[in-house]
Amino acid sequence: MRLPSFEYLEPKTIREACKLLAKYGPEARVLAGGTDLLPKMKSKEITPRYLIALKSIEGLDYIDYQPGKGLRIGALATLESVRNSPVVKERCPVLGETASLMASTQVRNLATVAGNICNAVPSADMAPPLMVLGAKLRVSSPGKGRLAPIQDFFQGPGQTALGAGEIVTEIVVPNPLPKSGSVYLKHTVRQAMDLALLGAATMVALDGKGACKDVRIALATAAPTPIRALRAEEVLRGKVIDDALLAEASAAAVEEARPRSSVRASESYRRKLVGVLVSRGIAQAMSRARAAGR
Amino acid sequence: MKQTITLTVNGDEFQLAVDPRRTLLEVLREELHLTGAKKNCNEGECGACTVIMDGKAVSSCLVLAVQARGKKIETIEGLARNGKLHPLQEAFVKHGGLQCGFCTPGMIMSAKALLDKNPRPTEDEIKTAIAGNLCRCTGYVKILESIKAVVDGKG
Ligand SMILES: Cc1cc2nc3c(=O)[nH]c(=O)nc-3n(C[C@H](O)[C@H](O)[C@H](O)COP(=O)(O)OP(=O)(O)OC[C@H]3O[C@@H](n4cnc5c(N)ncnc54)[C@H](O)[C@@H]3O)c2cc1C
Ligand code: FES
Ligand code: FES
Repeated sequence: MRLPSFEYLEPKTIREACKLLAKYGPEARVLAGGTDLLPKMKSKEITPRYLIALKSIEGLDYIDYQPGKGLRIGALATLESVRNSPVVKERCPVLGETASLMASTQVRNLATVAGNICNAVPSADMAPPLMVLGAKLRVSSPGKGRLAPIQDFFQGPGQTALGAGEIVTEIVVPNPLPKSGSVYLKHTVRQAMDLALLGAATMVALDGKGACKDVRIALATAAPTPIRALRAEEVLRGKVIDDALLAEASAAAVEEARPRSSVRASESYRRKLVGVLVSRGIAQAMSRARAAGR
Repeated sequence: MKQTITLTVNGDEFQLAVDPRRTLLEVLREELHLTGAKKNCNEGECGACTVIMDGKAVSSCLVLAVQARGKKIETIEGLARNGKLHPLQEAFVKHGGLQCGFCTPGMIMSAKALLDKNPRPTEDEIKTAIAGNLCRCTGYVKILESIKAVVDGKG
């Protein structure tokens, strides 16, 4: 199937892109890697009249780390560049590991991290690890820009908190907490080229005595949007985590998850997966935290 | 409205007037008559349309031709030089890395993109590089053998 017709707009600056987006409203879409957008247009699921390319704006594909600012991932940084980035590996290895679990080389070379987030499907693999790392999205608009916590970004399947004329220009990932570790576990049927039946990211920070100083749990495909498992976190925070507590926390996560049945998995199977992946993920994040020292 | 783009394909420069809705794959096949890259799933799932763009393997069905403006594209047609096959092509023939051949151009371009950057990859790295290339015939074992033969210099 061929693509429907559209006008291809090539702004030179972010400001210009935001203005175009504001002008054409719902008739326009931002085009990053196109790996979500183009298949949807081919099937005529969406038929925007204007595509606003980000590629024509220079210098958006950076991955940059500065001690004061943390890790910054530009809007056009691809999944493959995150996967291969030495600074990601050093600072936030879970992001590179997650990229490795996504799509294929020839798709990762096109697909962007920001596109994965803005596409906002429940199965977006980059969402849970960015949520447990406390990432923020830098949003530009024709007016004033803002820094939006990823926490509040997902509003429904395919729905984000972006307003008219707003574009995500970078993802800001703060420095991980001292003595912390993060992991992302993705359960799939096939080893490659498969969407998550369930995804779970976990972050554990330990205090000097080995108790859980802070913890974050985020899930993909467990609800209409990627979600935090806040009640499960509450069970663990401030405590010494042992098997009994882990069982209690994963039961809490199972309860707060709202998965649905689809052709790929039933609701009850997904609920079971929540429990398994959360307890496995917390255990792995803890051993990473212990190894982290600092 | 058509836009003018310049593409360098297998070393030759082409000026083309393309409709923005044409994918790179369609332009390669229908304008330049390079039919090695296959239009199969047309949505990024199968890898039959894989070409190398500025050194990176990409699914050309997911790239707008206008997005490829100014880029260097390599396709399977550019691999043989002066009537002599590329070592990867030689190896696929010698080690039976193909049957019907439909997946082969994409498979070889994925392997080439890997070997250009990393001439001595591990088996896992080879598997990762071709994980997005589906083959309905061979069962992959002979494809792996073919690529490994090139890595080991036994093409
Ligand atoms: C074969 C295949 C396998 C895949 N496997 C996976 C997988 O394993 N896991 C997974 O999570 N996803 C997967 N995907 C989905 C997709 O590749 C990712 O979601 C990808 O990261 C999207 O990025 P993109 O740059 O291609 O986005 P695009 O398609 O360009 O854009 C996606 C959406 O986000 C909007 N957008 C993009 N950038 C911005 C921005 N900066 N500001 C505002 N809006 C923006 C667009 O308007 C569009 O609505 C797969 C896709 C394919 C084709
Ligand atoms: S035709 Fe492009 S990936 Fe299948
Ligand atoms: S040889 Fe037939 S699909 Fe691979």
